[in-house]
Amino acid sequence: MLEIRQLALDFLCYRGLWHSETIACLHDVSLTLTRGEVHAVVGASGAGKSLMAQALIGLLPGNTRRRGELWLDGEPLDAARQAALRGQQLALIPQSLAALDPLVRSHRQVAWAAQRAGAAAPRAAAERALAELGLVGDSARRYPHQLSGGMARRVLLAMATAGDAEWLIADEPSVGLDPRHRDGVLDQLRRLADAGKGVLLITHDLRHALRIADRVTVFHAGTTLETAPAGAFHGRGEALASDYARALWRALPDNDFARPAAQEAAQFA
Amino acid sequence: MSGAAQAKTSRLVLRSNPRLGLALGALALLVALVALLIAQPTLAERATASDFQARLQAPVTDHWFGTDVLGRDLLARTLQGLTLSLWVGTAAALLGTLVALGLAALACLGPRADVAVGLLVDSVLGLPHLILLILIAFALGGGTQAVIIAVALTHWPSLTRVLRAELLQLRQADYVRLSRRFGKSRGYIIRHHLLPALLPHCLVGGLLLFPHAILHEATLTFLGFGLSPGQPAIGVLLAESLRYLSAGYWWLGVFPGLGLLLLVLAFDRLGNALRRLLPPREAQQ
Amino acid sequence: MIRLLGRRLLRLGAVLGIVALAAFGLMQASPVDPVDAYLGPQLAQVSPEQRTLIAERWGVDQPAMQQFRLWLGNLMRGELGWSRVYNAPVGEVIGTRFLASLPLLASAWLGATLFGFILGVVAGTREDGWADRWIRRYAYTLASTPTFWLAILALLLFSVTLGWTPVCCAGPAGVTRDELGLATRLHHLLLPALTLSLLGVAQITLHTRARMLELMRSEIALHAFAQGASRREVAWRHGARHACLPALTLAFASLGELFGGVMLVEQVFAYPGLGRATVEAGLRSDVPLLLAIALFTALFVSLGNALADSLYRLVDPRLRVVCQ
Repeated sequence: MLEIRQLALDFLCYRGLWHSETIACLHDVSLTLTRGEVHAVVGASGAGKSLMAQALIGLLPGNTRRRGELWLDGEPLDAARQAALRGQQLALIPQSLAALDPLVRSHRQVAWAAQRAGAAAPRAAAERALAELGLVGDSARRYPHQLSGGMARRVLLAMATAGDAEWLIADEPSVGLDPRHRDGVLDQLRRLADAGKGVLLITHDLRHALRIADRVTVFHAGTTLETAPAGAFHGRGEALASDYARALWRALPDNDFARPAAQEAAQFA
Repeated sequence: MSGAAQAKTSRLVLRSNPRLGLALGALALLVALVALLIAQPTLAERATASDFQARLQAPVTDHWFGTDVLGRDLLARTLQGLTLSLWVGTAAALLGTLVALGLAALACLGPRADVAVGLLVDSVLGLPHLILLILIAFALGGGTQAVIIAVALTHWPSLTRVLRAELLQLRQADYVRLSRRFGKSRGYIIRHHLLPALLPHCLVGGLLLFPHAILHEATLTFLGFGLSPGQPAIGVLLAESLRYLSAGYWWLGVFPGLGLLLLVLAFDRLGNALRRLLPPREAQQ
Repeated sequence: MIRLLGRRLLRLGAVLGIVALAAFGLMQASPVDPVDAYLGPQLAQVSPEQRTLIAERWGVDQPAMQQFRLWLGNLMRGELGWSRVYNAPVGEVIGTRFLASLPLLASAWLGATLFGFILGVVAGTREDGWADRWIRRYAYTLASTPTFWLAILALLLFSVTLGWTPVCCAGPAGVTRDELGLATRLHHLLLPALTLSLLGVAQITLHTRARMLELMRSEIALHAFAQGASRREVAWRHGARHACLPALTLAFASLGELFGGVMLVEQVFAYPGLGRATVEAGLRSDVPLLLAIALFTALFVSLGNALADSLYRLVDPRLRVVCQ
């Protein structure tokens, strides 16, 4: 089990030429992730979700201060353990397509990822991971700029899965994709969870997260408001504890209460 | 997010501010320069007083840097040379900055002027600096003025590029357009919007020109195109030292160059540290 | 691609034209009279009539524009004039001198680029690590070091004190160039080339380092770290790949500075190359030679700049597609 206990993050920065100050980005962030589940973290852009992902794999920017605890399978997940497990057990699917090296062919990047994760035959592992996502032959050999958005997302996914990591942190893995590709990526994540991996799905899109998630944590203004089973997002959201989560749920266009709920959400945002 | 995030301002103790180092360094440099100016009359006397009893002496307590072939104190001569370099460098950097500012403003007048200035920049960059320096110094017949003009005329291109880009961007900036829309005069816009934005760039750009100017002054003089052999310029001292090196009079070649290196290094570091305080766009050059 | 090449050539032509005009104008503005300079100490032995004759033949008495046209016409026909200092046709002087400087230029260029690149990558691997701090200090110090002073220090240390390398020139005194063996030549070349490459290192190192830092802070590096890559692996697999083009570009673009360095190093080591010829031409008012050298180096440097600009299009896969 992967646990985040009361994680807090501060940024240190200059104001003007001389004074420095700390800005709190995250506070009281807590959640758990178990094997075999898709746990969605839903919140507006800029709420600090990506920072939480970086804190999990231990790659925060240099000017941040971290407090709180991380645990993995009953043992503290400190910096040394994070470094040892990165790629092998903890894998990140980054949000930005800029994470692909534009000067390296896709299949080589996937092979590198497999090699870094300690795969015995990185090339074969890469081919396998790419083939699973429908990237074969020429399309796997292209440079990133020659790939469509959907293909690039799948390459990123292949890089995360090539090493057979147990814990996947997917940071907005379906952003900017058309419905068909988006569903393809989400279904693949569901399959990975069904195969026994723990998937943390970070997204701003509650509706699509609910398609595959077992549990949902609502994130707002740098903190986790509540964690609820996906089933709680039902009806008018009576099963939800926080007003914000309820507003988020009711703001979805599918729900009858779209109009008033949207105003309610704006109030909180 | 901004509403909910707790912004906590904490004024750190001065000691823990990394920018304190910069301020202290600048202060130390200033003190050293003022000391050099105050010591000028004594130095001038010592630098020219020859003592044939003490010719080509290795560094001793009386003469920290040793003495030259006429028994003159090398420390005094080095400091004199550095003072000369400072004056030449200041004048050349000032002149170069003015040229850069003028050409940048010219480039913003219209597309044709822009192309012309671009071509001029390319042409100057297309000729090795040193060749251009020699050509200009040759045309002006040598001497302090020639060196200043030559150095100034070779060092404007990079700053011109920076200032031109900045000016073009400023002209399109919303607040400048708005000001124009409100019917403010050209002079008002230049005084209130353009100059305040450009001034830091000119200052830092000029400060960064300065070490280059000093280096090139010394280089030109070393090759024999610059200041006359009678003046105790660093380039002259080092060119003279060449004749005595193989005989083992090492201090003649080592110390003047070391002084020059320290001066250039100090100003280079200062300029670069200041440049880093400018907005990041310009810091990339 | 063709259009781009055409534009480049046009610009190159324009730059060379401006350089020619400016150089010629500067020579015109000089207080040194070309005829007097040509005659030198023989001036006293020449009658005023003879002097006028020479001036007429050179066209010195004509207006500047006319002279410029004459000079340009000669230039087009390949007649660069006569070098008084070396008592040989200017074209020949530049040819032999450039050949003598070429090994120096080439080895220094190659050494500086390679060494600078490696140092830059190592420094950029870990920002503010001990390697970075020392390499940065080294580069900043070198960037502020006068070229000729470093040459003097090298001469003092290796030639005078240690006696490992010769004190001057391209070969032992009294031996003509053709008689020199390869070993002797290399022995004389070693220290100047080493000094020169040491200096060129600073710029390439700092530039490469800046590119490396940019990359090490990018999403690409973050992603690689997330896969469990070590800093060194990210630096050499991703960083070096991204930094090598800018480094090469800079190396081509800084040919002008390299040439300036060659002039100074040749001066200190009394190495008879093009740099020393330039200094001699300037000091002894050999106008035709100085003009020709200015044009020649401008061509050399401008070609380097143009090459630097085009390099990206040839090597970067993102831009290569556009050209096809």
